[in-house]
Formats: sequence, structure tokens, C-alpha cells
Amino acid sequence: MKVLAFVGAGAVLAIVPFLGLPAFYESFLYLVFHWIVLATSWNLLSGYSGYFSFGHAAFFGAGVYSTAVLAGKLGWPFLWTLPVAAAVPAVLGVALGAVVFRLPALRGELFALITLALMFVFATIVLNTPLDGGPGVYMSAVAVPKLAPSVSGSFYLLALVLALGSVAISYAVYQSRFGTGLFAIHDDEDVAEVMGVPTLRYKLAALALSCALAGLAGGVYSVFVSYVTVSETFSGWLALNVILMAALGGTRHWLGPAVGAAAVTAMTYYFTTSEYAVAGRALVGAIFIVVILFMPNGLLGRFSGRKAFAREKQKELFKIEPSRPGPILAVRGASKAFEGVQALAGVDLEVRRGEILGLVGPNGSGKSTLINVVSGHYPIDSGSVLFEGRELAGEAPHRIARGGIARTYQIPRPFGRLSVLENVALPPMFGLGALHRRAAEGEAWRWLAFTGLEAKAHRLPAGLNLHERKFLELARALASRPKLLFLDEVLSGLTPTEIDEAIRLVRAIREQGTTIVFVEHVMRAVMELTDRVVVLTNGRAIAQGAPREVMRDPLVVDAYLGAARA
Amino acid sequence: MPSLTLLGQSALSGVFIGALYGLLGLGLTLSWGLLRQINLAHFALVFLGAYLSYQLAAAGMDPLLTLALVAPGFFLLGAGLHWLLARFSVSPLNTLLVTFGFMVMIESLIQWIWTADFRRMETGYGDVRWRLGELYVSLPELLTFLIAAALASGVWALLRHTDLGRALRAAAEDAPVAAAFGVNEKRLALLLSGACAAFAAVAGVCLALSHTLAPGQIYAWIGVVFAAVMIGGLGNPLGPLAAGIVIGVSEALTMALTAPAWAPLVSFTLLIAILLLRPGRVA
Repeated sequence: MKVLAFVGAGAVLAIVPFLGLPAFYESFLYLVFHWIVLATSWNLLSGYSGYFSFGHAAFFGAGVYSTAVLAGKLGWPFLWTLPVAAAVPAVLGVALGAVVFRLPALRGELFALITLALMFVFATIVLNTPLDGGPGVYMSAVAVPKLAPSVSGSFYLLALVLALGSVAISYAVYQSRFGTGLFAIHDDEDVAEVMGVPTLRYKLAALALSCALAGLAGGVYSVFVSYVTVSETFSGWLALNVILMAALGGTRHWLGPAVGAAAVTAMTYYFTTSEYAVAGRALVGAIFIVVILFMPNGLLGRFSGRKAFAREKQKELFKIEPSRPGPILAVRGASKAFEGVQALAGVDLEVRRGEILGLVGPNGSGKSTLINVVSGHYPIDSGSVLFEGRELAGEAPHRIARGGIARTYQIPRPFGRLSVLENVALPPMFGLGALHRRAAEGEAWRWLAFTGLEAKAHRLPAGLNLHERKFLELARALASRPKLLFLDEVLSGLTPTEIDEAIRLVRAIREQGTTIVFVEHVMRAVMELTDRVVVLTNGRAIAQGAPREVMRDPLVVDAYLGAARA
Repeated sequence: MPSLTLLGQSALSGVFIGALYGLLGLGLTLSWGLLRQINLAHFALVFLGAYLSYQLAAAGMDPLLTLALVAPGFFLLGAGLHWLLARFSVSPLNTLLVTFGFMVMIESLIQWIWTADFRRMETGYGDVRWRLGELYVSLPELLTFLIAAALASGVWALLRHTDLGRALRAAAEDAPVAAAFGVNEKRLALLLSGACAAFAAVAGVCLALSHTLAPGQIYAWIGVVFAAVMIGGLGNPLGPLAAGIVIGVSEALTMALTAPAWAPLVSFTLLIAILLLRPGRVA
């Protein structure tokens, strides 16, 4: 249905150049399409994943100059230059991303700054080398393929194809697993990685796509204006303009940037050609302020939640393998220090298949650090972590998650702008099963029912209370059907009745064959639930065994109450 | 290889242009670091201040005295801007967009009043210059440097050593907690935002003393000043000045040693290198 509407719209728009309208209309619409491509391409990375680029002009410019040099200086046919105009920015983008995306410190504002700086570097290089050399590149001699009766009509058609293509890509990404991963990166990148999202690969793919589309728009634009200069091409204006367009339309909607681009281009064009050009600019500024103040999520903001698939009964997809002999997890001599504080000082422990292992110890004893090391969030300093005989030390967190390890966070960390249903559907998409969105949502419903959150499925996590958010953490961890599950203080802050409910859930989880490591301060629950207990203190495992015996061990009592007890 | 005198003169002019970067960056770094507002309108305010003092100076006023009129007015503008942003609890990213709107509006206002033509403030200041050995220093440059250094260190001392400064930093760290300890963070934020706009007026006068003005020039400063602000560390009043001088000198020396057109490469490669190697240094 959507595809049909899309093709229909494209077909109708493709007729325009054959209607014999004045060239002015075709050129105006060309500009609208041009900006739709730029705003939509910017949004693929920056809007979806939250990595704001201020240097979109760098990649646009790389496309402009690819075509300018190949067609204008070396005499290539215009259309043959376009693949290069897409490839050059994409390669440059991936090279940038391969360095920058590895540095967690370069998120947010600093990513914006580094892209801005890169734009100036590109501009300077182009300006001072034979690529341009200073005077600009004339392209009036470049032949434009005759796609329509007029030259402006041909540009119209080229830009139309690019614009439709960009919007289609934007839609496809938005609906896909890839898009879900990007949204999760936007909301909480660390959690996304631990849930199995290959964050580095996704960011690189989004950047490459974004750069390639911007480069294509640049390649066509260079011939459209027929004379390009460095200062006009590599300008911070471009990024400001596309950010403005995307924000105006709504960055979280696939069509938002296109709507914003059409609105801003039309307004600017109308006012700059009228006799009130200056007043018009001021009015554009004022409209912009009003829209952002009253619609902070853009014109399409209220429509930007993805529609959930109709709820359908999910058949049993896969079973957790029957237990094999030997421990599921073996930690040997695990050490981790933070700026001199030895959080883990050579921890040895084993988790047996199918058991519930209690991990207890005073605050600061290293329990959460141990979870973070096993799940790959922190790299281990020394020692080894064997999961089903496979070494996890040095593995990327998303690969560990795919192996079948899940965790909850002590302080719930839901993806704030995904619905409860989408939050729970994310791990099955990226975990062991690697399901598609529809199947993953079916799986998510099962776990929402299991944790009693069905009624809240379409809410945002902000609309849940603490107890519900803890259960959301649990549902999200379970939805990946983990072989090994770390529960990090799921009971803290809950009332006694809620604790009883949670204990029932944990038992039910184990019945399904999941091995559980249970970190908890609520001793009643530890005693009731666990088969064995390991006590951590000062980064070492000081005792292990049956819960009742361990808790009577004098070493353990010392660790909890201090040696000076009377 | 250019002569040592030329290099020295370049480095010196780099220091002075860097001081202007720092002066423009002062208000930005404070509002970004302490109020989480990325204020693009700051650049437009600087130019508005420059044009106002140009106009008053044309009427016979001393350029520095014009500040007595312009700065208080700007203080109110800045406080008003903060009131608006706080009233709608605009997110940090959206402050960028809202203030972009204001920047465009102020630019249009400037163009409407003073047209898009280039304007140059005519005062006696520009003719005064001293010889320092082989090197020359002009009065506007020296004034800019002294004002930038005095303001930046004054704000630094205020933030560091007074109760007001401690309250401001506490409110920046965690506004609700600061409020719970009796800090009137709303009033402080208004005060700070007003002060940032007043600093824009000061930067405007210095800009008008040494540069030709045109509305379109507003955008030319954004990239390099943002770079200075971020290298200097958000919220650190001395940061933009120090980073600005490093950028200014490296630009000026590149211009002297190679072609002027290569200058941006050095400063921005420097910025990228700092970001990649020592990301903890910034923000």
C-alpha cells in the first residue's frame, strides 16, 4: 500500500517537466528536492542516532568537487561522475567514523565540533590544491543528459529521483532493525551495545549512507549551478540549514526532514524573491523560534512513534539448549582497577548450569563491576572469563550479548524515546534469535504478559513507576532468551508484596532453563531463591557455598558488620 | 623563509586576534557550560553591539563610553532570552535552534537599519600605534587584549573565590540540589545570562574598533570561536582566551610561512588532534 502510494506520487511528479511549465517552477522544485535529499541524509545519522553533524557540507562538498573535477576538468560524462560523487564522501565518512566512533568521549557536542573542523580542513585542502586552486571551477561546458524537454526539467528529474530515493531509504531504515538500533544508540548507546546492537557498525553504516546521499546531491548541484567555489560549497550555513529543516519537520520521523526542507525552501524562496527580502528573513527566524518553542519535536513530532504491529500469537521459536555438563561461566583471576581503586582483585568463581547463584557483598565490593566486566562493558585488566568454554575477555559487548548473556541495570536504563513494547522487542532483534521487528514484537508481548506490563505496552518508559520500570528491565533482559542472566538488585526499592511477586518471576525464569546470577541486598530473597552464594568483598570472592552456611561464616559476618563487633 | 621581524609581527597579531576570539567566546562558554544553552544569538548580539557603538561614535561619542549605554540594554536582552528559554524549558539542543532564529532576526534588523554595505568606525583610536623594537602595536589591538584578559580573569576570580561564584557553579552542577541548599538558581541564571549578553556588547565595541562591519560577517566567526570555546573547556572563562590565542598565533604563523589560504588547516587540524588525543581536555 505504502509502496504503491510512493510510486504513484513519484509518477505524478515525474510528469511535471513535460507539462511545459516555465523553467522557473522546475528550478524552484529542483531546489526543494535538493534540500530534501540533504536534510533527509543528515537525519539518517544525526536525527536517528543522535550524532549531530555540523559538517554535512564537508561531505556535500566532497560530492560537489568529485563531479566538478571529473566532469568540469577531466571531461567525464556528467552521469558517470555521480557514482564517484557518492563513493568519495562515503569513504571519507567511514574513515572519519572508524576513528571518531571508537572514542566514547566524542559523543554529542564534540562530534558536532569535529565534523565542523573537518569541513574547514576539507575546504582548505580543496582551495589550495589543483582540485580547485582558488578561482573556482566552471562547468558550463558540461553536457547535461536530455531527460526532459528542457535543461531545468532534466535537473528536476534527477533531483526527484534522489529525493524519492532518500525518503524511501529513510522510511526503510525507520521501519527496520537497523533503525531500531540507531534509535537505541540515540537514547543510550552503552545499553544498546550490551543488548546486542553492533553500535560501531551501525553508526558507520548510517554515516556512509548519509555521506553518499549528500555527495550525490552535491554532484548534481555542481552542474546545476555550473560554477562552484570553495567558500560557497564548504559553508557552515549548509549544516545549520539542514538542522533547521530536520528539527522543524521532526528528526524522529522518516518524513520530518523532507517536510521541513520543503517548508523552509519555500519560505526562503518566497521571501528572497519578494521586495521584502530582509523582513522575510526575519519572519523565517521568528517562525522557527515559535515552532521550536511550541513543538519541540517538530511539525511531525506527535506522529513520530512507530506503529506497533498487530499483536499476534508468537509460536515457540527456539528453546534454550538442554544442559550440558560443566560450568556455564568460569571466571578466573578477574582483575579490574579504576584509577588506582582495585574494584576486582583476582575474582575466581564458577556458575553452574541451571542454578541460581547469589552474589552478595557490601557496597563497593565489586558486584556490579563483575557484571560489567562479564558483559564486556568494561574491558578486563587481567584474568579470563569463559562462557561455555568460550573466552569473553576482549570481546565486544554486543557479541557477548549474542552469545546469550543478558543483564538488568540496578537503576533502570530504558530507552527513553522507545515505547515499552519497543524496549522489550529490541533484545530479541539483536540477541540469539536475531528476529525481525514483527516477530520480535510478538516475542515482546510474551514477556510483557509475563511481567504484567501489557497494559502499559504503548507508553513511554517515563510513564512507568519504579516498580514497573524494574519489571521492564526484567522483561527486556528475558526477551533475549538468555542462557545466563545477571539480575543486578532488581528488588531494591520495591515493597514487600512487590518483592514476593518478583521472587515468583525469578523462579519462573529459572524453570525455563535460564541460569541466573542474582545480585541482591535483600537477604530474605537471597535465602529463599539461591542454590549457592558467593560473597565478594574488596574485589575478592571470600566464601562460597550453600546460603545458610556461608552467611554464618565468620569472615562473611566480618565483611558485613566490621571486625570490631562485640 | 620570512624574516624574524615578519614572524614576530605575525605572532603578535595572532595574539591580538586570538584575544578577540576569546572575548567573543567568553559569553558563549559561560552560557554553554553553566546554563547548558548553546547561544548562537551571541554572535548576532556582538555585531548589534558593534553597530550601535559605530552609530554612537559617528554621533561623536567615545567608542568605549558607548558601552555605558549599550551594555545595560544588552544585559536586559540577555536576561530576557534566558527567561524565554527557561519558561519553555528548552532542551540544550533546541536552544541552539531557537537562538539560531534570533540570530537570523537580529541579522535582518541590522541589514534593515544599516544595509548590507561595509561600515568602518571612524575614531582616533585606529591611528595610535606604538613601536616595540621592530614590532608595531596598535591601540585597538592592545585595548582588545587588555579588556579580554581583564574580563576573563575577573570572571574567573569571581567564579572561583566569591560566594556568588560558588553558588553559580553549584547551580550549574545540579540546579535542584543547589536550590534545596538555598541557592536562588533562577535569579542567578538570569543574572548570568544578562552578563553574557553584556560581554557581547563589550566584544562588539572591540570588534568595531578593529574590523570592518557587514551583516553577513556574523557567520564568519562562528566556526573558529566555537573551536576556541570547546578547546578551552566549557564553562571555563579563561579557556576561550587561551585557546583563542593558540589558534590565532598558529593561524598567523601559517599565513606568514605559507599561503594565507592554508591558515584554517593548521587551526582545525590542531583542534581535531586535541579532540582525538585528549578528549578529556574539552567539555
